[in-house]
Amino acid sequence: MTTDVPLTSLYQDLILDHYRKPRNRGTLPDATVEVHVRNPTCGDEIRLQLLLEDGVIADLRFEGEGCSISQASASMMTSLIRGKPLPDALALGSRFTEMMHADADAATDGSLRDLRALAGVARFPVRVRCALLGFDALREAARQSAGEAP
Amino acid sequence: MAPLDVDRLRGDFPALHQDVNGHPLVYLDNAATSQKPVQVLDAVRRYYEADNANVHRGIHELSRRATEAYEGARNRVAGFLGTDDPAEVIWTRGTTEGINLVAASWGGENLGPGDEILLSEMEHHSNLVPWQLVARRTGATLRYLDVSDEGTLNLDQMDEILSGGRVRLAALTHISNALGTINPIREIADRVHAAGALLLVDGAQGAAHGPVDVAALGADFYAFSGHKLCGPTGIGALWGRRELLEAMPPYMGGGEMISIVERDMSTWAPLPHTFEAGTPNISGAVGLAAALDYLEGVGPAAILAHEQALVAYALEQLRPMPGIRLFGPEDPGARAGVVSFLLGDAHPHDISTILDSSGVAIRAGHHCTQLLMRRYGVAATARASFYLYNTRDEVDRLVTSLETVRTIFA
Ligand SMILES: Cc1ncc(COP(=O)(O)O)c(C=O)c1O
Repeated sequence: MTTDVPLTSLYQDLILDHYRKPRNRGTLPDATVEVHVRNPTCGDEIRLQLLLEDGVIADLRFEGEGCSISQASASMMTSLIRGKPLPDALALGSRFTEMMHADADAATDGSLRDLRALAGVARFPVRVRCALLGFDALREAARQSAGEAP
Repeated sequence: MAPLDVDRLRGDFPALHQDVNGHPLVYLDNAATSQKPVQVLDAVRRYYEADNANVHRGIHELSRRATEAYEGARNRVAGFLGTDDPAEVIWTRGTTEGINLVAASWGGENLGPGDEILLSEMEHHSNLVPWQLVARRTGATLRYLDVSDEGTLNLDQMDEILSGGRVRLAALTHISNALGTINPIREIADRVHAAGALLLVDGAQGAAHGPVDVAALGADFYAFSGHKLCGPTGIGALWGRRELLEAMPPYMGGGEMISIVERDMSTWAPLPHTFEAGTPNISGAVGLAAALDYLEGVGPAAILAHEQALVAYALEQLRPMPGIRLFGPEDPGARAGVVSFLLGDAHPHDISTILDSSGVAIRAGHHCTQLLMRRYGVAATARASFYLYNTRDEVDRLVTSLETVRTIFA
């Protein structure tokens, strides 16, 4: 099939793999922060729980409902940031956001690991919000743990 | 009934003739909004070029013409709905505003603790939330009709609820936007009336996809939107029985709806102006009238038959597809041009993106019917919806693109 924007750039095997076998899915009884974010336009949602120990993401889980892009992205994010200091995880989120806005350098940034498979989403503007939902949840969790009003 | 000359009709719709993502557009999101024929676009343009003025307030020639066009359009809506009293037709922004008007004005005046409003699980949020608001304000209770596995209402359950004697009004959709189900409004009206209650019909889909005769349907209120039936956005109408409307307080205050204004209180203009505060959407009314002319020229019954033939064809193609889950009545004769479905574990948004990349526009989501989605245990569905200008070839394009979805999500 020929299209202006190749679908293969969007639906890579790695994405479908994370969609079908999400990493770190479930609940975390001893979580220190818990947030629930929702994309009101399409109803995709993610519940993210973090166990923060001295500012480090010692463990985390997510649950969600939505399209392959939102769920795979959240799964990839959780594997990437587990064990990292929260500020580092947020910095990776900024890097990923740059990639979603078609920053070519970001797209080849090895630090993003599996998330690089989502580079093609930048060419589907209506789906960018789906890809960012996981990091939206992380930013919200950071705000909460910093004691700010959500 | 002669079949539609779809090739000729398509020529009237400029927006259909474009490529999207490198493919000829296949527009199958008609339950969300329809495309507009040149006849409607021209009518709006002509109005602004030749007659534009405010209505009911000028003595000059343009104001006379604008008022004539505006009131002529109201007569046109009355004719379309099968009533001969144009004062029973209130201009609104659309279905949502019409329902809110009745909920706030009739509901605010007539509902109290112990009273019940009867809704169904298949209602659009526009026919749920206004009732939730007025129930909260008045202490009334909401009751819900279940939807069957096949997507129909259970009338026995309705009798049971009505027999409690507390239902004051039932607010139900004529045609479901998420399933396509055509509800038996006449039968429902008879049962509701026998219980001494009123019936508001959400006609957002009903008015677009088949003939409407409010008296034959037995409705007390009927609300619809222009944009779903080839008209402009931002205009619609509420029809109500005169004696009901006359007993209702105004919904909004402002110019146009008053008779005499004093410091502390005013008196209202007679129907229909009681409910039309402020400068109305005059060009929208003109465009809506042109849309109704267009639809009646084509023939509402023929449009419904055309849609049902497309649904029958689509269901035939889709049923054998591995992993497909179809929603709504099995009998294409019991539904309008809507096909809701799921395919394997592909999320509806993914289905929609893949289809869009081959130029096929469908809707993915909860279709503003979250209660219905919950009823079926799903968060969303993909929905293809047809109109008078859609073809069997376009159904084929839909099916071929769904094969791509199956390949990607294999
Ligand atoms: C069944 C039904 N009711 C109500 C509405 C609301 O119509 P509108 O948004 O034009 O007010 C719609 C359209 O989305 C609908 O399909």
